[in-house]
Order: sequence, then structure tokens, then C-alpha cells
Amino acid sequence: MIEGTTQTEAPDQEDEAVRRAQEDRLREVWAAPKGWRYWSAVNNTEVGVWYTAVSFGFMLFAGVLALIVRAQLAVPENDLVSPTFYDQAFTLHGTTMMFLFAVPIFEAVAIIILPQLLGARDLPFPRLSAFGFWCFVIGGVFVTGSIFFDQAPSSGWFMYPPLTTEERYTPGYGPDIWLLGLSFIEIASLAAAVELIVGTLKCRPPGMRLNLMPLYAWYVLVVAGMILFAFPPLIAGDILFEFERMFDWPFFDPSRGGDPILWQHLFWIFGHPEVYIVFLPAIALVAMIVPTFAQRPILGYSWIVLAAVGTGFISFGLWVHHMYATGLPSISLGFFSAASEAVAIPTGVQIFVFIATLLTGRVIYSVPMLFVSGSLANLVIGGLTGVMVALVPFDWQAHDTYFVVAHLHYVLIGGVLFPIAAGVYYYWPLVAGRKLSSRLGRIAFWLMFVGFNAAFLPMHYSGLAGMPRRVWTYSESLGVGTANLISSVGAFIFAAGILVIVWDVLRPRGKEPYAKRNPWNAGTLEWLVEMPGEDWGVRSIPIVTSRYPLWEQPNFIDDVDKGRFYLPDAEEMKRETIITSVLDGTPLQCLRVPGPSFMPMVAAIFTGAVFIFATFHWWASTIAAMVLAAISIIVWLWRGTAIIPEKPEKNVGRGLHLPLYTSGPHSVGWWAMFITMMGDTTAFLGLVFGYYYFFTIHADFPPPANVGPGVLWPSVAFGLFAVAWATALGARLTNQAGRIGLARGLMAAGAVAALGGSAALLWGPYTTGLRPAAHVYPATVWVIAIWTALHGVAGSLMLAYCLARSLVGRMTPKHDMDIWNVALYWHFVGFAVIVTVGTLAYLPLLT
Amino acid sequence: MQVFGKTQDNLWTLIAAPAIWGFHFLFSYFLAAYRCAPNDDIFGTRAAIAVVTVICLLLILLIARRAGREWRTYGGAYRNDQATDNARERFLEFSTLLLAALSFVAVVFETLPIFVFWDCR
Repeated sequence: MIEGTTQTEAPDQEDEAVRRAQEDRLREVWAAPKGWRYWSAVNNTEVGVWYTAVSFGFMLFAGVLALIVRAQLAVPENDLVSPTFYDQAFTLHGTTMMFLFAVPIFEAVAIIILPQLLGARDLPFPRLSAFGFWCFVIGGVFVTGSIFFDQAPSSGWFMYPPLTTEERYTPGYGPDIWLLGLSFIEIASLAAAVELIVGTLKCRPPGMRLNLMPLYAWYVLVVAGMILFAFPPLIAGDILFEFERMFDWPFFDPSRGGDPILWQHLFWIFGHPEVYIVFLPAIALVAMIVPTFAQRPILGYSWIVLAAVGTGFISFGLWVHHMYATGLPSISLGFFSAASEAVAIPTGVQIFVFIATLLTGRVIYSVPMLFVSGSLANLVIGGLTGVMVALVPFDWQAHDTYFVVAHLHYVLIGGVLFPIAAGVYYYWPLVAGRKLSSRLGRIAFWLMFVGFNAAFLPMHYSGLAGMPRRVWTYSESLGVGTANLISSVGAFIFAAGILVIVWDVLRPRGKEPYAKRNPWNAGTLEWLVEMPGEDWGVRSIPIVTSRYPLWEQPNFIDDVDKGRFYLPDAEEMKRETIITSVLDGTPLQCLRVPGPSFMPMVAAIFTGAVFIFATFHWWASTIAAMVLAAISIIVWLWRGTAIIPEKPEKNVGRGLHLPLYTSGPHSVGWWAMFITMMGDTTAFLGLVFGYYYFFTIHADFPPPANVGPGVLWPSVAFGLFAVAWATALGARLTNQAGRIGLARGLMAAGAVAALGGSAALLWGPYTTGLRPAAHVYPATVWVIAIWTALHGVAGSLMLAYCLARSLVGRMTPKHDMDIWNVALYWHFVGFAVIVTVGTLAYLPLLT
Repeated sequence: MQVFGKTQDNLWTLIAAPAIWGFHFLFSYFLAAYRCAPNDDIFGTRAAIAVVTVICLLLILLIARRAGREWRTYGGAYRNDQATDNARERFLEFSTLLLAALSFVAVVFETLPIFVFWDCR
């Protein structure tokens, strides 16, 4: 079923001259731009490396902050740094490590190795990855740079109100920088999630069925799915928070009906899955390294899938274990305690699978394996203290003490940083063509392992002895002076280990030879790469029939190299890769992947400007930046997406003909829209959660129906949005049926109806005189109405975009990807409208 | 999705059991949060959670039975790394079975608090 049916004249792959010409074409097509245009590159081999380098840079920065913290705490009653600076240092340490290192490093590494692992030339949306990268750089520099102006956030990485919402406690821009800078970076994470989900599901090589997928890809799929549902509630929280800070809308102010606990819910609905979002990808690296160094396939593949998927789900039921001390009913705490214990099951399963694989294999002890064993040891300690603090009575004793600091660092450094170090040593040849030094690696490992345990083991004691977290200094009478001194010395030893790795990576290589191909004798596709690697990724896209093709498929490397598989050539001088089906990897399409462009960078700069100007309340500039961002995104889409190919299909090799253009559920664009809107809808539900949260805690929420936005205008909005939804769907169907005139009419009518619907939705609360700063009820009504109205405006723009594409002939009845995606968008807006109008207008009638 | 016949497994059937856990979890949490806003007696809440628990456990058992039965009938091997439709189906069924087992345990865990806490303190 892999083989095509039509036979056409195929190039002779056994002829070296033919192959040489093909290679020249591939090399030219995939080459990174030269000179200053280098920065317009979008290919995974460039963007992934930049992404990784920048997130490591942020890690080193946050590490320096940690050393400052440890230096301050080394002796009792120290005053090395001021309390204000200390607060900024530990807040920025946590914030940077989580948002600018742990999550981005997953995205960065996945962008580098996922296409290689899947034998794809690139992921389906390289420009989206580039956009995400530039957003990340701009937002990251903005957030971290604030400390040099003494304006960094200083209230802990979770920003609890009312400490952070009231000017008298936190003057200056610190919280705004945190909220707006990180919201911006969250967009980058969502972009990466879309890219990675579609990449894993649709860009696998022909024949790679779900049961043959590398475990790393399973983890990527699970983690990207988690990002999609974990980050949006935080975005919703950020919106509420920023509206409170900027416009005094009292979401978290109890004197006007708000509740600071709502922020804690929204933050930790993100914050706990976040722990697993950073942990699972690191364990995914372990799942790739262990089989290679045990020189055998992983034992219990299904069990790992169980662990990844099971953890992905259960980790969403843990968030309140960060809130045990807030006075919630004990029965509620019980539910979260139960889930927190249950999650230990899949986590433990993974560790047993790794150990079993190692026990049954012939283990080769090398630097990556050393870091993996160190990781497992430390992670188990962190996991066990996790089971302890998941118990409510114990947590009440240890809450906000250094015991928790010890626990979380054992999990994060043991479970994330050590595997990443293992990954650096393991995958360095893939990036640079050479192995890192095994001698320096061992030195780094032992410095890190000893330093880490010296730093964090004593913290268990400091915490149990009563030392609270986030204190600037402590009294000698507490008796934790020695423990803290050991911790500080340990932290510096640990840092020395990190520096050894940095030196190993950066040191000049001179004439050191390249590593041999597949230097670790691994079994998975990423090691097809030549040393040094070519920009095209794989010479030809292989047919995969095994989990470890390099070990198990005979003559595999030679077949790939000689171009005997698919797409051995780039005869039209276009970047191409193969799209396959979700279950069985059946080839469906030859996808033309976009090449270098400055548009993602330009769009990211303007989008960043929106957030940065808003931080300083420069409203005119903010609006100007918003318009420029919208224009740059439209230009990017207009010129670079849904391009009508010069012929309907092409021969991709081995007699297989694949279409060059698909639309609807067969196209990657449709999938990306679907996934993006899942995330978008989750953010919307985060806002709606706020409404129903207040509904549960206040007897008079919502107030009687005559106070609210009324029934009339929301109903009018509902009608107009229904028209817009129907026209979007109708335009898709009529355009498909070839009735272009009618389709254009529908698109125009839909664009107008959507604007009208948005206006009517906002007119309701306006005309009934709801003042958002007065009480949390009007504020909540307004924020939900604004969200949906903005989606209506965006939907109107999209319909107008489709109309313009149709008028200039870029969208036709056969080439209708745009309207398919816009109609899909409108299904989601339709859902949001139903929830919005039902909640705001009709729910008050029932109460 | 067929329940008693032979089913084509996919990613949705794989995550059905943990999704039921998710529903059970959110239901229990939201109901208790809502009923506990004034500190009332929550016998009704606990009973409702118990009923939903039984339904969820039965659904999970059904999923486990379906997956396990097909997995056993068509081979039931632990090795499913071949490049065949059969291996892919068996892999998905076995993984579904494992996830159903985990979800079953997690739902049971999630129900324990209603036996311990009799009011909202």
C-alpha cells in the first residue's frame, strides 16, 4: 500500500552522476541564507539551534541569580544584597528558569530533533517556529532585562495578589513586565505546541505507524497537548490580572466582590501541569538514551505510552496541592491529594521500565548514561518527598519552607536538568558533527552531582527546622546556619560543573576530526544524519517498518543515502516533505514547506511592541503596533500560505504520485487551525471559569437580570453571529460547488454580520450602564464580552481575507484551503458565542 | 465506536478512559466546591459523587473489557512492533487496557475523600 500505482520514468538512483546532481539541487534548496540574511532562516537546523542557545543563555543568567541568592543566604543576618534586590533576584530566578529555560528548551530541542527522528525534511510550519523563536527572544530579554533597571518583578514567580495588584505594595512596573512579557512568550509556546502536534501526527515517514513511533515523539505529542490546555488558563489569568492593574477592574479585590484565590486557581491550573510539561520531555530524552546504551529495544513500549498519556491527564488534577493552606474545604483538598498520589503510579512505571531495560541489556557506561543514572537517583528522592508533601497534614507543616524548595529542585534538577545534560552529550554530534569530551563530561557530572546534593539535601533539614522560603535572611538562633553554608558551597560546586559543560561546548576544536556516523550505534532515524550534517536532513525520506530501523532494517542507511526512498530530488527547486496519515503513516501529500523570510521576525517585533508599549501605558503606540502586527501577519499569510502549485501532483519516487495541494481535514493548515482553536477555547473557558467561580462563592452573583447586560442586545448579537457562522460554512460549500459569485457574496455578508455581532455584544453592557471598576460582576461580564467580540472582529477580517483571495484568484473551488480553515474557526467562535450569550444574558434569568 | 464488535482503535479510543477520570475529577471537585460555599451538610453531594463514581467505573470497565478482549482474541502478544495493521491494533488495545487500569485506580482514589469527610470543614 506504500507503493503507488502509476509507473513513470524514474531517475536511476544507482547512477552516481544522477545522485550528485540531485544532491546539488537539494543542497541549494535547503541552504541557509548567507550574510545578514542568515537571520531570515526558518529551517529547523537553524531556528532549533538558536532557540536552544538562547534558552541556555537564559539558564545561565538565572543560575547567576541563584548564586547571588545562595551567597546572601550563606551566613545568618547577612546583608550582601538589599532586600529589594534579593526579592527581584529570586523572583526572576524562578520565572526565568520556568518560562525562559525549562519550557523553551523542550520546544527548542524538539524543533531540532523531531524532524530528524521522523525522517522529515522539516516540520510543517517552519515560519511559525521562527515566529515563536523571535517572540521568545524579545519577551525574554524584556523580562530579564528589567532587573538592570531595578524594575524586575519581585513577588515570587506566581505573582499572588493582592501583593502584586496594589500599587502601594508593589510600585513600579515589575508585575506588568511579568504579566505582559510572559503572556507574549506563552504565545510562542502555543505556536510551538501547534507545530509539534501537527509534526508528530502528520509528518512521520511512510510506514511509521503509531506503534512504531519513537518514544520521544509520543512524549512530544503528550506534552504539546498539555501545553495546549495548561497555558491558556494562565493567559486568561493574565488578562484578568492586567485589567485589574491597568484599569482597576476588581477581579482579585475582595472589597468589590473579587477573590485573590481565583488567581491562584488559574495560575496553578497552568502551574502544576507545567511541572510535567518540563519533566516529560526530559524523560523523553532518557527514553531515547537508555535503549542506545543498553544496546537493545526499550522494554515495555506500551507501558511508556501508558506513563506518558496517564501522566498527561492526571497532572491536570493536582493544581490545588499548591493551595492546601488557603482554607479550601477539606473534602476538596482530599480530591487533589488523591490525584497527587495517583500520579506517582505512571511516573514510577517509567522509572521501572528504564531500569528493566538497562538490566536486560549490555550497558555501555558513557557520559550520557552517567547523567541518566544521576537523574534517576535524584528524581526518585524528589518524587518521594513529592508523595510526602502531597499529603495535606504533612504539607501544612512543610508549606512555604525550605523543605519544599528542596523537593522541587530534586524534581526539576534531577528530573529535567540532568536528563538535558545527558541529552547535550548524546545529541551534540547531531548538531555539531563532533562528540563532546568524555573526560570533561565526567568531571562536569561529578561536580554537578556532588554539588547538587550538597546544595539541596541540607535544605530538607533547614525547612523542617523552620526556615521559610523567600526570606532575605534568617536569625542565627534558628540553628540552620551550617546547613545553609553547606547549601551555598554546594551551589557553587554545582555551578562549576555547569561551567565545565559550557566550556566543553564552546572550546575551540582546532583540527579535531568529525565523529563517525551514528557515533553511539543507536537505532533510531535521527542518527541517519551525516557528520557534519546537511541542511536537507535526510537524503531521501525512508519507508519505516521497525521501531529501530538502523538496527533492524537491512541495508537501510545505504538505501536512504542512495536516494532509493522518497523525494530524493528537488527538481522544481522547492523545499518539500511528505505528509502521512495519523494511524499508519500512509503518504497523503507532498507538502511544499516555506523557505527563509524576514516576515516572522517582523511580525514578532510588532507583536512584541504591542505588549511592551502596553506595559508602560503608551496607548497610541500600542494601537499603532497592533495595526502593524496585524498587517505584517496578513502579509506573511498572503504571500506565504495556501500557494496554488504549478501542477496538481508530483512523482515523489518509487512510482508514487502525491497531490501538492490539499484542503480541509487532509491539510496540515486545517489541523493547525483546529489545534490553535482548542487552545484559544481553553483560554476562553478560563475566563468563563472566573464567572462560574464567582457564581459558586457569592450568593448574589449574578445579580437580578435587570442589572446585567440585558437580554435584547446579547440576543441580537447571537442572531448576527449565527448569520456570520452560517455564511462562513455556506461560503465554503458554495465555493466548493463552483458557485463563486454566491460564495463571495456570503463572505462579504458574513464579514459585515460579524462586525455587527461584535458591536451588539458590547452594546449590551454599555447601554445597561455596567461599570467594570465598580464591582467584579460588571468586570467579569465585560471581559467575557470583549473576548468574544474581538474574536468576532478577527473572524470578520478572516472572511474579508478569503474574499480578497477569491477576487484575485488565489482561492478557487479546487484550491480552497483558506475558507476551509476560516469556516473551522467560525465553528469555534460559534461555540464561544453560545457560551457567552447563554452565561451573560440567560443565566441571570434562571437565578 | 463499536463497543461489542471489533473496533478500529485510534488516539481517541486510547484516551477515553483517562478522559472519564478527568470528568469524574472535575465533577467531584466542582460539585463539592459549589455545595460547600455555605458550610452545609454534604450528604447529598457525597451520594451524588458515589453514583457518578459507579457509572464512571463501569464505563472504564467496559473500555477495558472491549480492549482486553480484542487484544486477547487477536493474538494478545506483548510484542507489537511489527509493521502490520494487526500489530498497530494490538498495541493500541493493550495501551488502552493499561490506561483503563490506571484510570480505574485513579477514580477509586478520587472517591476516597467522600468516605472520610462528612462536612465542609
